[in-house]
Amino acid sequence: MPTQCLDILNTPAACLISSGIDPGLAEFIGILLGVLAVSIAPLVIVIGLIWVERKFAARVQDRIGPNRVGPLGLLQTVADALKLITKEDITPAGADRLIFNLAPIVAVTSVVLMWAVIPFSPYHVGVDLSIGVLYVAAVGSIGTLAIMMAGWSSNNKYALLGAFRVVAQLVSYEVPMVLALLIPVLLAGSMSIQEIVNSQRGMWFFFFSPIAAILLFISTQAEAGRAPFDLIEAESELVAGYNIEYSGMKFGLFFAGEFVHVLTNGLMLALLFFGGWVGPFVDDAPLLGVVYLFAKGAVFYVFSLLLRNALPRVRIDQMLAFNWKFLVPVAIVNLIVTAGLWMVVRQLGIAPGAGFENDFLANVPAAAIMFAGHLLLGGIIMTMVRNAGRRQRAKDTTTTALTVADDQKMVTAQ
Amino acid sequence: MLELNPQTIAFFIFAVFGLGGALGLVTTRNLIHSALYLILSLFGGAGFFVLLSAPFLAAVQVLVYIGAIAILFIFAVMLTRGMTRLKEVVNRQWWASAAVGAILFALLLTGVILPVWGDGGTNPNQPPTDLVATTEDLGVALVDGNQYVLPFLVSSLLLTGAMIGAIVVARDQEVS
Amino acid sequence: MNLINEWAFIGVFAAVAWIFPTLPLVVSWVFRPKRANAIKLQTYECGVETVGDTWVQFKVQYYLYGLVFLVFDVELVFLFPWAVAYNRLDFFAFGAGLLFVFLLTDALIYAWRKKALEWL
Repeated sequence: MPTQCLDILNTPAACLISSGIDPGLAEFIGILLGVLAVSIAPLVIVIGLIWVERKFAARVQDRIGPNRVGPLGLLQTVADALKLITKEDITPAGADRLIFNLAPIVAVTSVVLMWAVIPFSPYHVGVDLSIGVLYVAAVGSIGTLAIMMAGWSSNNKYALLGAFRVVAQLVSYEVPMVLALLIPVLLAGSMSIQEIVNSQRGMWFFFFSPIAAILLFISTQAEAGRAPFDLIEAESELVAGYNIEYSGMKFGLFFAGEFVHVLTNGLMLALLFFGGWVGPFVDDAPLLGVVYLFAKGAVFYVFSLLLRNALPRVRIDQMLAFNWKFLVPVAIVNLIVTAGLWMVVRQLGIAPGAGFENDFLANVPAAAIMFAGHLLLGGIIMTMVRNAGRRQRAKDTTTTALTVADDQKMVTAQ
Repeated sequence: MLELNPQTIAFFIFAVFGLGGALGLVTTRNLIHSALYLILSLFGGAGFFVLLSAPFLAAVQVLVYIGAIAILFIFAVMLTRGMTRLKEVVNRQWWASAAVGAILFALLLTGVILPVWGDGGTNPNQPPTDLVATTEDLGVALVDGNQYVLPFLVSSLLLTGAMIGAIVVARDQEVS
Repeated sequence: MNLINEWAFIGVFAAVAWIFPTLPLVVSWVFRPKRANAIKLQTYECGVETVGDTWVQFKVQYYLYGLVFLVFDVELVFLFPWAVAYNRLDFFAFGAGLLFVFLLTDALIYAWRKKALEWL
């Protein structure tokens, strides 16, 4: 805790002490204020996000979208929330009531907890944990548990099947995600997110390892259950998935959690690879950092929306094969290549020396070498994928793709 | 000896999580409930790591034990048909396991807790310090030729062996 | 802010993050109609009555994915300290990390060749 009272926004505890409140109490109030500020943010933002999501989807599909409630339909989400609250809520017979009710709460909590370590500006951060990146990964893995609880407690075959598939998906995509998270940790030499952002003052980490940024985007897309990986809400195959039996506000909570998760993923990508709150004049006006961060996060959020509306859903076997036979090997090779290049760059003295880390020009040679290396790696990967695809297609044209017997096998294997 | 400060309160909360979870784990008759109690107990463990100024281990506890092993338990339970609906706990050797548990607890008590407890232990007035080994030190030690590089690589071999063994066993089950 | 204060923040945050989703559920519980009947409470399966036990046996494939994931998860946990210390390390340490990753890639290749990663 800084002991000096600078202003009430940044150092509430110190200011309360100086105004004559017991230090222990003041510290607690300071923590509580910080907690409220950081934890209310995602819940307020989600109301806007749902509107953006619906409006955007409507525009992509050549519709108008919500436009009745409030100007531009902005209050539609509020109306929806009121509707969800007053809807009858059904807990199916044979359900495990306690776990059934706990699951949506755990789902939302696990996502909101991630916000505790997000630095919004050089000074505005809930808490800058020394293990920030690992904390995000750990808290995110609790979300998997919520889905398991929901699917199991519903006493519904489809819900359980959906939950199993989703959990298989989530745990699988956690591997390339964490492998990609390792890259900024390696480059910055710290797991603290604030420090990772600070070491990007000279150059965004995206230019040091573009493949890792892409891997992180794809795998977090799957972690949030977004298209084309949205087996979480497979209406056509499993009625819905793990949340079939949920209605009313509990159903709404799962979706609120998903929307916040997508935005959180966008923010994490911005923080770890695109400099977070770093931007012009940010040291003079720290609150500008909030604008930069959310602008960067919004770009990835909109990109995610675009993907969601443009791509069809993949099958479960394709999705898992894509992860284990493509993303994970690529992530491993990327880790080795990035670590190797970074070591070479550092040992040869190309990396900016002490005192020049924040200088853009001093970072250019190292970034150029690493970017070129990654472009080469990307080219090799793409060529290999293309050749594998050609071989597969050549094989498919000689043998019939799927016989009726194969089809039958697939059905029974489910 | 015990003073009432936030750390003590947190300790007791985590102790309730840990012990309550463990108790629920062995007494409930529903295997999925058991797995969830186990998670509660592991959370208590993660909390203790934080109180001991080892946040890295706490995150690992959540990531690996809760995020992976507990999920694996649930998968394993669902693989065994009918196990989730077990109405009666069939365990006639409960007294044997209780005896083993009591003996283990006594061993722990004499071997681990007593040496650091009371007058014979380390200085009780020594305050918990923030000056502990950081994750960075751990990383350096792991790949230092004079320190732990061999255990580091052997652990990798162990993991590989574990995975190969598991695949062999699982495949075997599928064939038969 | 010292270590304990940092985690006190996380603790309070966890409590608050728990309250926020609970609040709408409580409000909803107060205002929503409660007129359940046996037909409403039936398990929802496209209108057909559900047959048999819900907790059916699942195939071993899920477990295999879980196992492969677990092995990689533990591997990654070892790699995090390595990555944090990376800026202080030399080529020998890079080699050790490389060997570590390589040994586990072996496991992935084995799983691949044994078709443990196939869905069907």
